[in-house]
Amino acid sequence: MSRARRPLQAALLIGGAALIAAGILTGELPVLLRKAVFICLECIGIG
Amino acid sequence: MVRRRIVQALTALAYNLNLKGFIQGSIYQGPVKNACVPGLNCYSCPGALGSCPLGSLQSAFGAVASKVSLYVVGTLVFLGALLGRFICGWACPFGFIQELLHKIPSRKLRHKKAFGVLKYGKYAMLGVFVLLLPIVYAVQTGIATPAFCKYICPAGTLEAGVPLVALSPALQSSVGWLFSWKMLILGGVVAASVFVWRPFCRFLCPLGAIYGFFNRISVFGMRFEPAACTQCRACARACRADIDPSKTPNSAECVRCGDCVRACPNSALKFGAAQKIKPGRRGNVSPGRTALRRP
Repeated sequence: MSRARRPLQAALLIGGAALIAAGILTGELPVLLRKAVFICLECIGIG
Repeated sequence: MVRRRIVQALTALAYNLNLKGFIQGSIYQGPVKNACVPGLNCYSCPGALGSCPLGSLQSAFGAVASKVSLYVVGTLVFLGALLGRFICGWACPFGFIQELLHKIPSRKLRHKKAFGVLKYGKYAMLGVFVLLLPIVYAVQTGIATPAFCKYICPAGTLEAGVPLVALSPALQSSVGWLFSWKMLILGGVVAASVFVWRPFCRFLCPLGAIYGFFNRISVFGMRFEPAACTQCRACARACRADIDPSKTPNSAECVRCGDCVRACPNSALKFGAAQKIKPGRRGNVSPGRTALRRP
């Protein structure tokens, strides 16, 4: 693997993990859960 | 190939372990439903235990305070940087279904010039239906309509629409033009899958487009050893995504199915940490040489 890619890979992995953590800490999961536990009528072609 | 089939089947099952939902016509409502699965799997599928990242991304535009879900974007970035489109090839139930359909004996269409243009369709889907339209809806009404799910996604139609409508008289009475339109798209994708390898993944899937952005830099990818390449083109002939892996082993179109790895007689292609091609070192092995063959 090109060594020049390793910092970019590390930055993306750390950045992605940081965004996940930020999303959890800012309370996004309950919002997503409220969307996900009801049948999405649009997704199934009804709404 | 068999190993990948097993992984694909197990992944599809793991995503959809709420099997009683298929009998009751209901969906899972437990606490892990907010966790995004890596592949395209509708969260309204009766079996789905987790959320589709694309559906969550679109819904979040109008739902979360920041308008963009950091959690969903972070999940896509993390998985993309780690695996790229390996997820498409090994962990996407809808890709698995298309591959099974492609096994139906028929004339197979490959290396068509039109495919070189059609591959950009997935980027148009990402830009217009996943990003632009949900944002426009959210700005205008405060509610983000998941436009890709609503107007296009054949995975949602197959995994959620068909079973739920079949099991619910109430939903059957609500079926209208939109359901007919989505069934038409699903029918088109199913029919095309018989003749073209994974047409939805290659030409329409926005999730594949997102993971494709990471293919060249993902930690896990294809390794190409130019010194071992005899330029026999066995890899290019084996690739059903119409890529030449000896030139672009980590192309955005590659779903890491591994056909090229198996086809190479000199083990010039391997799964592993992705790397750049070093030019000018090809052809050091004569075409007939077998010393580098895998045992």
